[in-house]
Amino acid sequence: MHATVDTPAPTSAPDAGDPIVRFRGVNKRFGDLHVLRDLDFDVGPAEKVAIIGPSGSGKTTILRVLMTLVRPDSGEIVVDGEHLYHRRVGDRLVPADERHLRKVRTNIGMVFQHFNLFPHMRVLRNVTEAPIHVLGLSKAEATERATGLLEMVGLGDKLDAYPSQLSGGQKQRVAIARALAMRPKVMLFDEVTSALDPELVGEVLSIIRKLAEEGDMAMLIVTHEMSFARDIADRVVFFDNGQVAEQGPPADIFTAPSNPRTQEFLKAVLQH
Amino acid sequence: MGFDLVPILLRGLDVTVRLTLTSAALAFAIAIVAGLGRLSPFAPIRFLAGAYVEVFRGTSVLVQMFWFFFALPLFGITLTPFVAGVAALALNIGAYGAEIVRGAIRSVPTGQIEASIALNMTPALRMRRVVLPQAFVLMLPPFGNLLIELLKATALVSLITIPDVTFQGVALQQTTGRTTEIFLWLLVLYFALAYPMTLAVRWVERRASAYRKA
Ligand SMILES: Nc1ncnc2c1ncn2[C@@H]1O[C@H](COP(=O)(O)OP(=O)(O)OP(=O)(O)O)[C@@H](O)[C@H]1O
Ligand SMILES: [Mg+2]
Repeated sequence: MHATVDTPAPTSAPDAGDPIVRFRGVNKRFGDLHVLRDLDFDVGPAEKVAIIGPSGSGKTTILRVLMTLVRPDSGEIVVDGEHLYHRRVGDRLVPADERHLRKVRTNIGMVFQHFNLFPHMRVLRNVTEAPIHVLGLSKAEATERATGLLEMVGLGDKLDAYPSQLSGGQKQRVAIARALAMRPKVMLFDEVTSALDPELVGEVLSIIRKLAEEGDMAMLIVTHEMSFARDIADRVVFFDNGQVAEQGPPADIFTAPSNPRTQEFLKAVLQH
Repeated sequence: MGFDLVPILLRGLDVTVRLTLTSAALAFAIAIVAGLGRLSPFAPIRFLAGAYVEVFRGTSVLVQMFWFFFALPLFGITLTPFVAGVAALALNIGAYGAEIVRGAIRSVPTGQIEASIALNMTPALRMRRVVLPQAFVLMLPPFGNLLIELLKATALVSLITIPDVTFQGVALQQTTGRTTEIFLWLLVLYFALAYPMTLAVRWVERRASAYRKA
């Protein structure tokens, strides 16, 4: 991580037109592997962005960098007007400490491919745990919020179940409710249906679709479900080799991709 | 069968049980602290915890006990036999326990930690409410074995004058000469203590891990 960054930080509060997420010149290497290459990438407030691209192109890494699970090597990331990995000291930017990360992280939520529910907590407590202990909600408030969300995902009757008693689709719906309970401004979805049996994919996608229609949360969705991406995304980003190779409205990307790599990729995946 | 010997041996029962339970409680606390210490982000703490574990695992409990009881007074620190016995047993078993704690914490899947970071939990909250409860279930079976090891190791305290069941047995053997009967009864006694402990640990483990197969 570079100690300082030359680019000046935004000085005024973000207005409605500013992106909620901004990547500038972000690099990440794993050993010799250059996974994110000078990545520039913006997400608008409430924008629904589908990220597609070949395996190993760095899609998961973008989300993990944004969720602060992986530190980038260089570049800057701004979330809701605030630097993620840097903190302002006077007019300089210095690497962020855990406290700063926690502050910026309140804006971001994530749903994982393998759910990662807390197996030792019942469904309700999976969803109330962080609102109580991180946001400081009272038990009653957190329970009310969690119950509402669990009903929204169709699991109002499973509050007392343990995760091990649920199907994969139900687990993923609990995980979505758990992330929503923190009320993030940006939600990250990393191939959230690819660990599910085919017949359970629909129930999870329909919830994400509902969230996308409701509106004001920005969503970054890494997915291999092309028809789903086409339906719900405002913008589709084709990712290749650690960079945005092509992006645009779904209608353009899926019907008339201009980049030969995109054409090749879509041809390969749409055949299945 | 020498049933007449039993009441005399049982005079040591109370000492053996107290010694086992006191040392176990202390060893458990030491194991948690040292096990977490070995995973600390701070190198000096990792080093201290590692040094403790290696020293107390790598030397004999009996010699440790002799140190606490016979050698420390030469440096002006005099411990009662019970305290010396508990100290040696707890530190020795605690060192093995620390490795169990460390292993159990490390085998909690990283996805659990990532999920708790994504929910913006503090590192302390993550440890307390997500990692340790899951690690605890993994610790129980090896802790159960260690408890039995501890019970059996308490027999050594008879060598620093603590009147436990073994001490009573040895004394009785010297006065009556009924060697085989006495030592047979001692085996029976230890087993009668150990087996319920095994069952109790299994019961706790079944309860604590119920969420997994629920
Ligand atoms: N922690 C890590 N250590 C080393 N290499 C890693 C690590 N994480 C990811 N990589 C590598 O970085 C590259 C990009 O990984 P990433 O998971 O971002 O790809 P992806 O686009 O999500 O692929 P997929 O579609 O298969 O999920 C891959 O080659 C992967 O093996
Ligand atoms: Mg991936």
